[in-house]
Amino acid sequence: MSMNTTSGRGIGARLRRREDERFLRGQGEYVGDIRLDGMLEVAFVRSAVAHARLRGIEKPAGFEDRVFTAADLAGVRPIRAVSGLKGFKVSEQPVLARDKVRYVGELIAMCVAPTRAEAEDIAAQVFVDYEELPAVSDMLEGRKPGAPLLHEAWGDNVFLETFVDGNIAEIARRAPVKITRRLRTARQCMSPIEGRGVVAQWDRRLDQLVVISAAQMPHITRSGLAECLGLDHGKVRVISPDVGGGFGYKGILLPEEVCLGWLAMHLQKPVRWLEDRREQLTANANCREHHYDLTVYADNDGRLLAIDCEATVDAGAYSSYPFSACLEAAQVASILPGPYKFDAYRCRTWSVATNKPPILPYRGVARTGVCFALEVAIDAVARAVGREPWEVRLESLPTREMMPFDNITKKHFDSGDYPECLRRAVAAIDVGAIRERQRRGEPDGRRIGVGFAIFCEQAAHGTSVYYGWGIPMVPGHEQCQARLTPDGVLELRIGAHSHGQGLETTMAQVAHSVLGIEPENVRLIHGDTALSPYSTGTWGSRCAVMSGGAVAAACKEMAKRVAKIGAHLLQTDVSLVRVADGQVIGPSGSVTLKEIAYTWYRAPQNLPSDVDPGGLELTAGYKPVRDTGTFSYACHAAVVAVDVEIGTVEILKYVVVEDGGVLLNPMIVDGQIYGGTAQGIGTALYEEMPFDANGQPLASTLADYLLPGPTEVPDIVIEHMETPSPYSEFGQKGIGEGGAIGPPAAIANAVNDALKDLGVEITEVPITPARLLSAIAAAKVRSAA
Amino acid sequence: MKPAPFDYEAPRSLEAAIALLAQHQGLARVIAGGQSLGPMLNLRIAQPSLLVGIRHLPELRDVRQTADAVTIGACITHAEIEDGRIPDPTGGLLPYVARRIAYRAIRNRGTIGGSLAHADPSADWVSALALAGAHVTVCSPRGERQIAVAKLLLGAFETQIGTDEILVSVTIPRLSARARWSYYKICRKTGEFAEAIGGVLVDPDNGIRRAVVGATAGAPIVLEGNAALPGCDVAALWAANIDDPYKRQMFEVVLRRAADRIAA
Repeated sequence: MSMNTTSGRGIGARLRRREDERFLRGQGEYVGDIRLDGMLEVAFVRSAVAHARLRGIEKPAGFEDRVFTAADLAGVRPIRAVSGLKGFKVSEQPVLARDKVRYVGELIAMCVAPTRAEAEDIAAQVFVDYEELPAVSDMLEGRKPGAPLLHEAWGDNVFLETFVDGNIAEIARRAPVKITRRLRTARQCMSPIEGRGVVAQWDRRLDQLVVISAAQMPHITRSGLAECLGLDHGKVRVISPDVGGGFGYKGILLPEEVCLGWLAMHLQKPVRWLEDRREQLTANANCREHHYDLTVYADNDGRLLAIDCEATVDAGAYSSYPFSACLEAAQVASILPGPYKFDAYRCRTWSVATNKPPILPYRGVARTGVCFALEVAIDAVARAVGREPWEVRLESLPTREMMPFDNITKKHFDSGDYPECLRRAVAAIDVGAIRERQRRGEPDGRRIGVGFAIFCEQAAHGTSVYYGWGIPMVPGHEQCQARLTPDGVLELRIGAHSHGQGLETTMAQVAHSVLGIEPENVRLIHGDTALSPYSTGTWGSRCAVMSGGAVAAACKEMAKRVAKIGAHLLQTDVSLVRVADGQVIGPSGSVTLKEIAYTWYRAPQNLPSDVDPGGLELTAGYKPVRDTGTFSYACHAAVVAVDVEIGTVEILKYVVVEDGGVLLNPMIVDGQIYGGTAQGIGTALYEEMPFDANGQPLASTLADYLLPGPTEVPDIVIEHMETPSPYSEFGQKGIGEGGAIGPPAAIANAVNDALKDLGVEITEVPITPARLLSAIAAAKVRSAA
Repeated sequence: MKPAPFDYEAPRSLEAAIALLAQHQGLARVIAGGQSLGPMLNLRIAQPSLLVGIRHLPELRDVRQTADAVTIGACITHAEIEDGRIPDPTGGLLPYVARRIAYRAIRNRGTIGGSLAHADPSADWVSALALAGAHVTVCSPRGERQIAVAKLLLGAFETQIGTDEILVSVTIPRLSARARWSYYKICRKTGEFAEAIGGVLVDPDNGIRRAVVGATAGAPIVLEGNAALPGCDVAALWAANIDDPYKRQMFEVVLRRAADRIAA
């Protein structure tokens, strides 16, 4: 079978996104656009305090039948996201609080009215009697004996402790360079333009709950809803329409979704809840909060010898479904070594329950934190040995000849040339010119610096990686259902869902590459559990590899079936035909897919007698040759100017050199990198969800929670390398998250380079003016002492 | 995030608007561009029983010029000032400041009078118009009175304007051709409220030497006379009132940088 890669519309083409036609014209359909007859709106009463026993909830007089509390939700089960890892302690998250509240914003009651404003009016009149308890607002305090307990039965606040005990003692004793740092990444909020939203209604004809939700993993949401509501899967259908960004947040089963499902069944009316920005910020979309006590051992060239780490993750009050409360911390232990090779490793991690919203996986998941921690420490190594940070990194990167490479935590790097990636970034950012400019000094008195971050991104990792975690979701094979319609349009159904990835375009490109069918004659149907095969959905940068592989498998199977019919119509043997350019081509003629489809559906009298009676509608599955994941990798390089009087950081130049294997659509990959890098810049410089000692969130609007805007994100220079993965269908690798991983490390390193003469070293993000000035002031005190 | 219930009136005249405020005895709020009050209503921080829309009133969009000053109606938008559609008596200060307020979408609706009456200490007009030596005119059933912008704020979000008064116009004195000004602010990002504002105005022909430090916890600090000269150590005049060393450093820097720009 020939591949249609040369037409400029298949794999590798910068094909414009077909979904943009509706998105850019305001014609997308999101949950917020859906209005059903008789639909009621929901507003929630949320906890005003971080930790309390609930002594009572009073419904306002006259509204008893419009307000619902845990006592009303008979039979609804709490959300349980268990991990099978040894020692994991289970939290039960009631969808409406029962006896206790454990964070500000936890749901207490649900109020329903014809409009949201009226529902909020009712919510404002619900009286909640709290018996306040001391709160755990800091993860390190929460770990200490005697800390207030969130889940009393546990005896402490630790969801899970893990320990990777490589013997590092001997190497540590001999290592000439030892760098120890305490590093932190702030709690953040994922901020898709569209927040969460749910419309629920009961379909009496199908005896089925229909939940329309902004979900990136609709099949998993369906499983979660079925479990919590005590329904069999057949009675739950989840539809995810257009989704305005997800980043991990929309993979989570929210208590709000369960509540709305119950309410639609109870009232037998459609109901809707749209998350507002305050709910998203203060109660829901929390992520990223890590603390590291990290020691790096190196030789006199700065080559890494050993890493010793104690990492704590602030997991919030409950284990979220399906990724659980241990995903981040356990990930830290396995991915902290990053792209490097070294000899000994020890890492202890804690996932600590605190009186904050559950921590959720955000683009890059734990990688953003570990990349920041390790890369900042490596720059400190470079300063200690007096070498350029990039030279030090070259000492420890696996080379092309070592591929595939198993690192110290048994991560299997499939392919690539990591040193070359770094060298290209060094050239593109022009380190020599920056050093010269630093010697000259800036006319405006600012200090400039350059910083690097290199990391890898495991993507599309499957069963062998996930089953060991024992969480509610383990990815297996991925399926695609393909159907040729009577007029020759190819319908593809997949269980993953776009929340910005452009799958309607890239999956059509894959089909084009296999069948030669024009991309505009391919329709992707996804985002509906009733219309698509089961899938864990869109997470972990898996769609290019997994959905792309499934679509290719289905198209190949379709090619076999059309070849048989086509050969018959061409009156030749099937071994003499090929499928290309949307046709079956024989030695002396061709027949189009449209003609073949017409024959199958409308003129079966013309079919060969031995035709596959399964017809032109089929399901095919896919799993990579090896399911340990593809490893894309990238080097980010930043040049910054630091105003040391006011503590501001301006990014002067930003370079990303990345290797995502074979790119299905390089334009979409560029978009992924731009968007991710913008988010990473937010992590580096702006975004922070602070809490006070009582567990009160201190940023409740976007005036307090700063997101980078167009003027804060520089033009990003992207260079692609394309080393094929040996394990995926076309050599493609997942690249969805990398953009968000590198920036905090690269920018912090650039700031530290700019301020190295002052003895200033930033070890916490975001690098706010207050943090930067206090670091500068502390360095002044140190140097005066 | 939807407002608590309120009534809305769009009176036909300034007189009628003032009468409505008087009738509702402090429970009514005036709304012009709504760029600050809108979010406050949605967050239910503000829960007036009546909103009195004034944006359409021609009296509040009047612009008058005299030999000494320009008086502009309270409902003139930041964008109109930015675009030079309003006479500028300050040699460029007004459009310079207007162009740096929030984002264009906000400037299209936000008004100069609304910004002053809202009295956010970090807002630009509060400081810039104090620097320019402007005054506002407020109107009530008792008649008109003038208040210097420098004296307008009693504290954050608190002004001398009574609950039955409406800010109707801003009068900005003409600067001489020899006047020099500078205005320097620090924001975390483009369009955000300022962390610190420093302004300096020197107009030898009118005997003005003035500096302003804004985005404080309350009213801007206005320094008159020699203290405001470039290079003077004015920090001591006000630093004692600001505990946060970070904030103090910001104020010192903006004032010095503003002064340096005058000297340059």
